Amino acid sequence: MFPSRFEYVAPRSLEEALSTLAGRGDEAKVLAGGQSLIPLLKLRFASPALIVDLNRVPGLSYLEESDGHLRIGALARNRDVVASQTLEAGYPTIAAAAPLVSDPIVRNLGTVAGSLAHADPAGDWGSVMLALGAEVTVRSASGDRTIPVADFLVDTFTTSLEPTEVITEIRVPKPEGSSGGTYLKLERKVGDFATVAVAVQLALDDGRIGRAGIALTAVGPKNIQAIDAERSLAGAEPTPESFQEAARLAADAASPISDVRGSADYKRAVVRTFVQRGLDRALELARAS
Amino acid sequence: MAVTEHEIAGVGHSIKRKEDARFIQGKGTYVDDISLPGMLHMAILRSPLAHARIVSIDAERAQALPGVVAVVTGELLGQHNLAWMPTMSGDTQAVFATDKVRFQGQEVAAVVAEDAYTAHDALELIDVEYDPLPAVVDPKKALEPDAPIIRDDKDDQADNRCYRWETGDKSATDRAFEQADVVVSLDTFYPRCHPSPLETCGIVADVNPVTGKATLHMTSQAPHAHRTVFALVAGLPEQNIQIKTPDIGGGFGNKVPVYPGYVAATAASLLLGKPVKWVEDRSENLISTGFARDYHMHGELAMKRDGTMLALRVHLLSDNGAFFADAQPTKVKAGLFHIVTGSYDLPAAHVSAEGAYTNKAPGGVAYRCSFRVTEASYMIERLVQNAAYELGMDPAELRRKNFIAPDKFPYESVTGFVYDSGNYEAAMDLALEKVGYKELRDEQKRLREDGKLLGIGMASFTEVVGAGPAKDYDILGLKMFDSAELRVHPTGKAILKIGVQTQGQGHETTFAQIVASELGIPPEDILVQYGDTDNVPYGMGTYASRSTPTAGAATAMISRKLRDKAKKIAAHTLEVSEDDLEWETGRFFVKGAPDKAATIQDVAFAAYTNHPEDLEAGLEGSHYYNPPNMTYPFGTYVVVVEIDEGTGEWKVRRVVAVDDCGVRINPMIVEGQLHGGLAEGFAIAAMQLISFDEDGNCIGSNFTDYLLPTSWETPNFETFATVTPSPHHPFGAKGVGESATVGSPAAYVNAVVDALAHLGVRNLEMPVTPARVWEALQEARSGS
Repeated sequence: MFPSRFEYVAPRSLEEALSTLAGRGDEAKVLAGGQSLIPLLKLRFASPALIVDLNRVPGLSYLEESDGHLRIGALARNRDVVASQTLEAGYPTIAAAAPLVSDPIVRNLGTVAGSLAHADPAGDWGSVMLALGAEVTVRSASGDRTIPVADFLVDTFTTSLEPTEVITEIRVPKPEGSSGGTYLKLERKVGDFATVAVAVQLALDDGRIGRAGIALTAVGPKNIQAIDAERSLAGAEPTPESFQEAARLAADAASPISDVRGSADYKRAVVRTFVQRGLDRALELARAS
Repeated sequence: MAVTEHEIAGVGHSIKRKEDARFIQGKGTYVDDISLPGMLHMAILRSPLAHARIVSIDAERAQALPGVVAVVTGELLGQHNLAWMPTMSGDTQAVFATDKVRFQGQEVAAVVAEDAYTAHDALELIDVEYDPLPAVVDPKKALEPDAPIIRDDKDDQADNRCYRWETGDKSATDRAFEQADVVVSLDTFYPRCHPSPLETCGIVADVNPVTGKATLHMTSQAPHAHRTVFALVAGLPEQNIQIKTPDIGGGFGNKVPVYPGYVAATAASLLLGKPVKWVEDRSENLISTGFARDYHMHGELAMKRDGTMLALRVHLLSDNGAFFADAQPTKVKAGLFHIVTGSYDLPAAHVSAEGAYTNKAPGGVAYRCSFRVTEASYMIERLVQNAAYELGMDPAELRRKNFIAPDKFPYESVTGFVYDSGNYEAAMDLALEKVGYKELRDEQKRLREDGKLLGIGMASFTEVVGAGPAKDYDILGLKMFDSAELRVHPTGKAILKIGVQTQGQGHETTFAQIVASELGIPPEDILVQYGDTDNVPYGMGTYASRSTPTAGAATAMISRKLRDKAKKIAAHTLEVSEDDLEWETGRFFVKGAPDKAATIQDVAFAAYTNHPEDLEAGLEGSHYYNPPNMTYPFGTYVVVVEIDEGTGEWKVRRVVAVDDCGVRINPMIVEGQLHGGLAEGFAIAAMQLISFDEDGNCIGSNFTDYLLPTSWETPNFETFATVTPSPHHPFGAKGVGESATVGSPAAYVNAVVDALAHLGVRNLEMPVTPARVWEALQEARSGS
């Protein structure tokens, strides 16, 4: 690979990284897993003057449950999420999505936080975190702030992260009561970005649907939260009819483009299929939990 | 004791590949591994536009970057008469564009620098002013009268047509169509795909400024042919050009042509007096080097009501890109496409072809294919399935009814091929039995009643591989024979030098096995050499499944010549008459006295220590083999798919492949070749496409967009064999490296079409994406 020239620093602490970014954030790119940034450098689509490599910063690789949240540290790798035993029961949507993120080589290095920061509308984690109602904690030299994922993802490759900030943690609220969820992805091959993918999260409250989360991958300028579909389910009976209606509303929320992967109509149809199948599966898990 | 067949592990034995030890230990040497003292690095500037006039090229800023040694432009090359070069189809191709650019990614200039990073940085400092022209991306539109002329560099070119070609008997075909009860037609497009070998193309050009000797380490499937082309293009004396191919990381046809990068690096080394390395990156390989296929085909099959085939009519339009650079024999313009009558006894056929220049990359190479037989096989096998639907017949039974019968071989086809041998029905029956065809058809019927989609597709292909014969086949005038030189050393160990060029085929093993069978020297005692034009005899290289039919035959022939000589030496040392000797693998013995014997090792020693006075010393020689005919491997592939109607995804449940390539030298290597080809066929059918937008921008310029399947997507393959030896090959072998790429795409597509056939679907275009399946389903459902 022959990227443009860049300066490289590898700070040993978060403070050091943040003070570097405080001075030169505008010309810098932060490197975590590098699975999006390095291809951009290779193709010279990105030519930052400075790379700030976080990989030597200690204490950011955690994946743990505390104070009612799953906390995913900035350097937790996709591989760590795949390997985690604790997710299957409490966070089935995350457990379903993790092995579908790209391929094993990418998962060995790529991070959940890096995927969110890259804000690719075809990224998987954006939809999963939207469906789960997660938050992103970011830090700069002047302090922390916590941003709901829905506000964090602004547009294609654009987040509300300032150039002086880094993500330190993703906080996923533990789904309450009887709940279930899943992630369904159509890809042309392993390692490909999604043609269409759908994250579904469903909680049951006394037989009726409590909170529902539905988010869509690769069918718009960013990961799309299917708000109307979610609302149609809240308080409804979990019936084939209510699921069909939610699937229809989710397909309406999608705004895909026609490309080599398929027409816009096709992608909407797959959203519909996946939301319906996803809700069926989520309900099955919720009832079993 | 005689050496037994098993101990010498000759033809028919699945011994492990001799070359694998270095590959699996990472000890191979590829072009990019070569580093010479003082070596410079070259990077190529490519056109961002598909069609534009070059107004000016200003390299001043690039030249000024520290570390830059030279900027090479078409103008500079022109001063040395190197701005243009001949293509494999006798056209011309710009080395670096001077007048205008004709496809996105075309070579415009190059930077030679002290390191590769600087060379790439400097590319951004070359200022090229372009005057954009309308891009021609559709070959049909290219042939319309008002289309912009792409090849205005050629005085005799008034349009965008690059060839017209036809064969067969048009009037007999027309008559047969008039008498037909049923005519079935199919329009289909075999899309542009790319061989994409894992190792991209590259060269280390090392021209010695004192002696003038040019040593070119390059990624070549045909080193000797390339040497001759270099001699003709550059005017270098041929004895001063040495092409050395180190390990080649896959070719699949992509490394048959001569590319501008090779020429520019060689010119740079010549001008600068230092070695120059150029290795293209993945995108450069995908956007500028030899693509494959890109055939728009129309086929019609005339039949009697009972299914008897009467005639075939095919027209094709090929999209050749900006330069007609197809790698193919001189006397044909659409390769061996006219083998399109396939496995069927067709009394009449007519094939017409025309090619169009477009603003796309040039170089229709036969990607793992013997000169366009892939497109031909796809056409006929798709057409036959649709014919079966039209007649209400089972596709297997329609094939059976029309197969060329085993007793008709050698069979002369109406388009001029003489099929050497075949037993198509036996191969098909084995495939049907292994897959459980009848049960599958029953299951399909049951599932359809439940609204579920199961498809069973097949292809009964015939390949044509092993060109020559020299009287019919040449490339740029170079006859398509091939060669082998065998030297048996005094201790009975041997070196075999061959004119063909492995890129992963396993020649170091299989060619040693041929010698082992013929001379009884164990394969581990035979070193196989290739790919150094100073060291090995002239040959036309490896592509189109030609190595075993040509150089493999040459190896057998020289082994037999040496065995004849060995017999004379054995007679001398055993003090008997030659007529009293009998040969069994590895030794001569006296008739009636089997203990009185000389092993091949004894004879080899005697050849240098105790040979008859009237005989030359030594045990070595060479043979140039001109094949009397090509070989015609064949087989039947059956594919079973299931379709998810909600997404259009199709999953392969079974792939049963029966191949008949005659005698198998190393069955394990043949299996490997078949697995690779079945995987590539799947990739082409399911996911691969180099496409262009209306401005001629290439979509598919990296592995994010141009997809290679992983082990996850690739189906499981069940492979079986029948054996019908080639009657004219010295030991009955046929080429096989490409059979599965040739035969399988039609089987995959036929399977998906078959799943939807009851809904009236007759065609799906490759790549058969889930979206295309879903759209076909919507259309069929809304129409019914």
